[in-house]
Amino acid sequence: MNAWFSVFTALVAVIALVLLAMLGVETIGLKSIFGVIIPYVAFVIFFVGVAYRIIGWAKVPVPFRIPTTGGQGKSLPWIKASYTDAPWTTLGVILRMALEVLLFRSLFRNTKAEVREGPRITYASAQWLWLAGILFHYSFLTIILRHARFFFENVPSFVEMLSSVDGFFQILVPTLFLSDLAFLAAVTYLFLRRVVLPQMRYISLPADYFPLFLIGGIGISGVLMRQVWKVDLLKVKELTMGWFTFHPVVPEGLGTIFYVHVFLVSCLLAYIPFSKIMHMGGVFLSPTRNLANVNRSERYVNPWNYPVKVHTYDEYEDEFREKMKEAGIPVDKE
Amino acid sequence: MYDKGKIIIGVIIFLALLLSPFLYQLGKPVTAPTLVLGTKEKQCVESLAFMKSSHMVLLDTWRDEVVREGKSLYVNSAGKPYNMSLQNTCMKCHTTKTQFCDRCHDYLDVAPNCWDCHIAPKEKEQQVARSVK
Repeated sequence: MNAWFSVFTALVAVIALVLLAMLGVETIGLKSIFGVIIPYVAFVIFFVGVAYRIIGWAKVPVPFRIPTTGGQGKSLPWIKASYTDAPWTTLGVILRMALEVLLFRSLFRNTKAEVREGPRITYASAQWLWLAGILFHYSFLTIILRHARFFFENVPSFVEMLSSVDGFFQILVPTLFLSDLAFLAAVTYLFLRRVVLPQMRYISLPADYFPLFLIGGIGISGVLMRQVWKVDLLKVKELTMGWFTFHPVVPEGLGTIFYVHVFLVSCLLAYIPFSKIMHMGGVFLSPTRNLANVNRSERYVNPWNYPVKVHTYDEYEDEFREKMKEAGIPVDKE
Repeated sequence: MYDKGKIIIGVIIFLALLLSPFLYQLGKPVTAPTLVLGTKEKQCVESLAFMKSSHMVLLDTWRDEVVREGKSLYVNSAGKPYNMSLQNTCMKCHTTKTQFCDRCHDYLDVAPNCWDCHIAPKEKEQQVARSVK
């Protein structure tokens, strides 16, 4: 697929979604559809879809252990083994997975090969992707947790703490959150990385660009709603609490930007089970990371082996003893 | 060997987190805070919709104009002049911080920094229900 065609289709798709929400709310006035029905449907698709995908994965047998080790495996007692990079215990695997899930350990190991003068090839660590990735994921998490103020009647105390740290510098009014800045910067980097590097551009598909644009659109609409086209938060909370109490209401007077934001989030939620974003469940099920490095110390029995009918020598002899004697073949039992 | 057991536990934790806002509320209706306006005046400094969404911007502009530029007169969009002062203009009508400002701010977890410098006016000890049932 042509690289620019991928960028273009994904961009058009996201712009179409934004226009759809604007048209639906402003021109046709389908506020209850965009404010209540679509979010509910999206939530159900997300909920059922993610559970379905993961249960599907759970039905697959655990394969022969294929950990890609990043250190010395357990061997002779005088050879120092790496406990978390080539784990041989469950605790080691848990630690390895924690490093992987929380700190993106594998991505941090990323190296880059370069041909220099000589010609001579050099390898160096390349951690920009790791940095952008970790900024992106943690700022996204912070933003989701901050939104808990719209999800609970009595806001959990950690939300205020998080918000005050996040808005520590008190830039602008309402305070500009650092996580919003980091989020938009990271999304921009992740997008530019795909279009600027030729080899990345070559392997990028609409399915890579679409989530980036969608998530970027969510971020931009959110920041615009907070800083530029402000909405009445009391009404926003009235609507969100309506979802969670199953008494949905659509307050009058909420700006279109709010519906655009909610519609993009709904699209993301509904899209997740069908997309690469399922890596949020899949990362836990990576067989190269979540299996212990014990191939030579523990026997692996293939789970789909069917019971093999065996015919032991004793049984064989019992069956043919007379014939063996006749033919003069020695037998164990007389 | 299958890891179904471990995976199901993970899925349950994930779904419980996802459903926590629903479970926490359990269908109880939410009572939005009601504000004690403290005045019979019909018109605030700017329109109601603007004040609801952007009062913080107005107050921030006032703060900058008064403290940094030394100006103290604000003329609203209808041409009516106001003295730019939180405590002398805003709180002349909205006398009670706890029953006006704090109600929405607490409900929506907003922590304005007005009171880092200003001293909240003393209020009469009267308890008014946070919201009307």
